[in-house]
Amino acid sequence: MDAKVIVVTSGKGGVGKTTTTANIGAALAKLGEKVVVIDVDVGLRNLDVVMGLESRVVFDLVDVLEGKCRMSQALIRDKRVENLYLLPASQTRDKDALDPEVFKTVVQGLLDEEKFDRILIDSPAGIEAGFRTAAAPAKGALVVVNPEVSSVRDADRIIGLLEAGQVSEIRLVINRLRPKMVASGNMLSEGDMLDILGVKPIGIVPEDEGIIVSTNVGEPAVLGTTQAGLAFMATARRIRGEEVPYPKYEEDKGFWAALKRMFGGG
Amino acid sequence: MFSWLKRGRTKETLKDRLELVLAYDRAKIPPGKVEALRNDLLEVVQRYFPSTNSKIEIEQDGESVVLTASIAIDEPPKKR
Repeated sequence: MDAKVIVVTSGKGGVGKTTTTANIGAALAKLGEKVVVIDVDVGLRNLDVVMGLESRVVFDLVDVLEGKCRMSQALIRDKRVENLYLLPASQTRDKDALDPEVFKTVVQGLLDEEKFDRILIDSPAGIEAGFRTAAAPAKGALVVVNPEVSSVRDADRIIGLLEAGQVSEIRLVINRLRPKMVASGNMLSEGDMLDILGVKPIGIVPEDEGIIVSTNVGEPAVLGTTQAGLAFMATARRIRGEEVPYPKYEEDKGFWAALKRMFGGG
Repeated sequence: MFSWLKRGRTKETLKDRLELVLAYDRAKIPPGKVEALRNDLLEVVQRYFPSTNSKIEIEQDGESVVLTASIAIDEPPKKR
């Protein structure tokens, strides 16, 4: 993706936006980019805990906007990965504390003065003011979607809103895919999602208990070798323009699969 | 018939449902409104051609959402 500023969004809550932001941010930094991940979910901050940096938060985004601190004081450097920074959201303020135009100038400042190669913005759920602020500075978007009915519907809505704005590169991150259910024809595949939403996937992340373990300890999964961690790493490589093949997650249409279905298997 | 072939392939049902609901969402019209229009149209068609087999549906056609009515006239009116 050419976009330096990418919003991570989904419409629906709980599909893995924050986990995706943390992991793709860490992966891009591991691949050599200078990255900042920004939490825009004012009042419901979570990117700090998912990344395991919660104990180091002193100042936040709203403090910077109000001139209570310098940008360099609010940025938290991740000591595990070189060139990875977090800009936390305010936990005590409400969502009106953030104006889209002001946020745009902050992001421009991060590009011009702090010389970041990539800025990932973790959007709040929903399609209201918080989402609009998060998307305002972005030229690219990662739409996180789970292969189930409500997530796909909300993703379609978000894609419509992004297309109406100035976001020019929109890609899907299909999260929590269950390969066995795709094989038995009981879960939408990557191809089905492309058919329905008309947006190309850039990452497919299988459902993986390893993600829960990694968030328990506050360590991004891309620093380990779980299935999901590897999938997020592959996604980051694709964002950088590398051609990385996908594992095959397709419906099994063979004779034995049909037979298995007949007898209630699969 | 052949429902056993489809057994366990619930994603096809989901795909059909999603395609329909997204067409309505994108067109910003409530499905119930189209349902009412469909019923009214069918009633009018039935008045003129009682044995007609009509199908009225909404679908995505590229950028636009289209309401199509296919009215198959089984018995053409007799020539005088």
